[in-house]
Amino acid sequence: MRHILSVLLENESGALARVVGLFAQRGYNIDSLTVAATEDPTISRLTLVTRGDDQVIEQITKQLHKLIEVVKLADLSESAHIERELMMVKVKTTAEQREEVKRCADIFRGQIIDITASTYTIQVVGTSEKLEAFIQALNGTQILETVRSGVSGISRGERTLSL
Amino acid sequence: MTSQNTQPELLSGGAMLIRALADEGVEYVYGYPGGAVLHIYDAMFQQHQVKHVLVRHEQAATHMADAYARASGKAGVVLVTSGPGATNAVTGIATAYMDSIPMVVICGQVMSHLIGDDAFQETDMLGISRPIVKHNMSVRRPEDIPYLVKKAFYIAQSGRPGPVVLDIPKDMTIPSQKFPYEYPKDIKLRSYNPNAKGHPGQIKKALATLLAAKRPVLYAGGGVILGRASDELTVLARKLNLPVTNTLMGLGAYPASDPQFIGMLGMHGSYEANQVMHNADVIFAVGARFDDRVTNATKKFCPDATIIHIDIDPASISKTINAHIPIVGLVKPVLQEMLHQLEKNKGELDQDALSQWWQQIQQWREVHGGRYDTSPSHLKPQAVIEAVHRHTKGDAYVTSDVGQHQMFAAQYYKFDKPNRWINSGGLGTMGFGLPAAMGVKLHYPEAEVVCVTGEGSIQMNIQELSTCKQYGLAVKIINLNNGYLGMVKQWQDMNYDSRYSSSYMDSLPDFVKLAEAYGHVGIRVTKAEELEPALERAFALKDKLVFLDIHVDPTEHVYPMQIPGGAMNDMFLSKTERT
Repeated sequence: MRHILSVLLENESGALARVVGLFAQRGYNIDSLTVAATEDPTISRLTLVTRGDDQVIEQITKQLHKLIEVVKLADLSESAHIERELMMVKVKTTAEQREEVKRCADIFRGQIIDITASTYTIQVVGTSEKLEAFIQALNGTQILETVRSGVSGISRGERTLSL
Repeated sequence: MTSQNTQPELLSGGAMLIRALADEGVEYVYGYPGGAVLHIYDAMFQQHQVKHVLVRHEQAATHMADAYARASGKAGVVLVTSGPGATNAVTGIATAYMDSIPMVVICGQVMSHLIGDDAFQETDMLGISRPIVKHNMSVRRPEDIPYLVKKAFYIAQSGRPGPVVLDIPKDMTIPSQKFPYEYPKDIKLRSYNPNAKGHPGQIKKALATLLAAKRPVLYAGGGVILGRASDELTVLARKLNLPVTNTLMGLGAYPASDPQFIGMLGMHGSYEANQVMHNADVIFAVGARFDDRVTNATKKFCPDATIIHIDIDPASISKTINAHIPIVGLVKPVLQEMLHQLEKNKGELDQDALSQWWQQIQQWREVHGGRYDTSPSHLKPQAVIEAVHRHTKGDAYVTSDVGQHQMFAAQYYKFDKPNRWINSGGLGTMGFGLPAAMGVKLHYPEAEVVCVTGEGSIQMNIQELSTCKQYGLAVKIINLNNGYLGMVKQWQDMNYDSRYSSSYMDSLPDFVKLAEAYGHVGIRVTKAEELEPALERAFALKDKLVFLDIHVDPTEHVYPMQIPGGAMNDMFLSKTERT
């Protein structure tokens, strides 16, 4: 099962290393990881996508809680939530492909954010599935580079993870 | 005048560190000087509250601090320099971490501006120690030192205890740079709140389950010792008429001479303890963590048992074995609440079922009963431990190294008090025993302190005989010398057709001469009849370290022994018998 864990941690040097180290040390998976300061600069929010059965996820959340710098955490996948990921794809475009690539980006509500004579750079935002579908849709176009932000997520409704 | 007196004193970073340790009540620091900690050592020299013990290798400093913590319940303190000083301390930090021992390790570090440059004696100690500490921190501003010391002790000693590393770059301790010193009274961290009392509803449920049990067992671990809850545990066990087994880390939590005690459990546990566990309908686990050396194959673990599990660390609950009634809390308040509820509870024990259960346990007791071959031809290691128990009236602090001798000590030295059995259970660190004995002896000079070791383990920190001389640490070393790395040899006998790959030492030193070379007393025992007079002489020499080099039967194995891959009650009982 895929889970999205949202973690608030003290914005201190070494805190991120502790989280990442925990996953490496105990053999847990990290599919993606994003981290940045929140509106309170002393707190960072880390969003982590992992996989495991219920017992593994329970251990992961308990072990994360044990880290002194972890203030709060939630498994977003336990309730209604929104997830987004940002991707930038640089593709090689021949003159005859350009129109098709533009149309494809439009369908996925992507934006072309940079162009050269032979390339497009397209930005797409959505769930990880949507980003993968977009890559599939580019079939036939030469992808030069993809950059993905990793998943960010937030609970729906009034539920929050905050101090 | 008055207003001047309330002005905080101005101290350098190094002096603040030492003052903070004094304010924390630290009596001894164990360590070894070096470049990065010279300012700190100079500050140490200029005061008399905190005393320094100079070891011969930093690993020993950590084990001394660790054993002091195990005996006293207070965090031990280590001071080492950067680079090799810090890395030499790593084994001791990991040892403390695995057994949840409170310890504060202060490591020097190169000057801040050199960090990351591969400077002389630079190592990333925060990175190296991260997986083996409860927490680690580095000092960025000298004025933060008092707060960080307080925080280090608070984290090390609260909740599930553990080691904390404080990394101090040399420029944080410069003598000429002084700052107002004030030691914080207490500390609160928004991300860490360790004092759980246990959910009263869960405690009620646990009590009801125990009252209704027909085949209960109390399985108590190191958490009872760390949580100072032996008294509560003992009272509760007696009121509920529970058979009690202790883990390797929990020995002494319940008195071994009590009729309700059924021995240690697990890989080298007693036959009856492992049978009781396997056949129990209710397992009451208190401060124990269902370690792989206890459970044997988890799939076959105790098929009929409802499991009640008290632990301060939620991550220890349902980690390897699912708990039906989890209680997250410190052992002592949870047991107190249980006793309180029991007072008010009108529930009755199922006396008939319990009496049948005790009859069954009695039968199991007779199957193996800790027997070993007592034929006089060979001096048996088990007999040595029993003799040591006799000579010390069962009241010594016993430290051990790791291997067969450790298991013999655990099985045959019957511990009636907590904090008396000091061994590296989780990490299994050879070289632990001697420095551990030193740490205890330093703080309890009047107490009898015995180090049970083997000729393999003792050589891993034998240089500390020199430290013992310097500080007059009159410990008694019981070297169960069988000329082999005994536990390795036992496994090679059992699983590798006795191919003794590197488990034999054919160039052992003359331990008696070695002890004498360090200024101590050495006694060699090679025959059974020499044992009694040797022990008599050794324990009569109150002010001397005595190294007893006791040559024991090299063919002896530790039994019972759980059969790998089996259930708790699948055991070898001797070289020729199995369940």
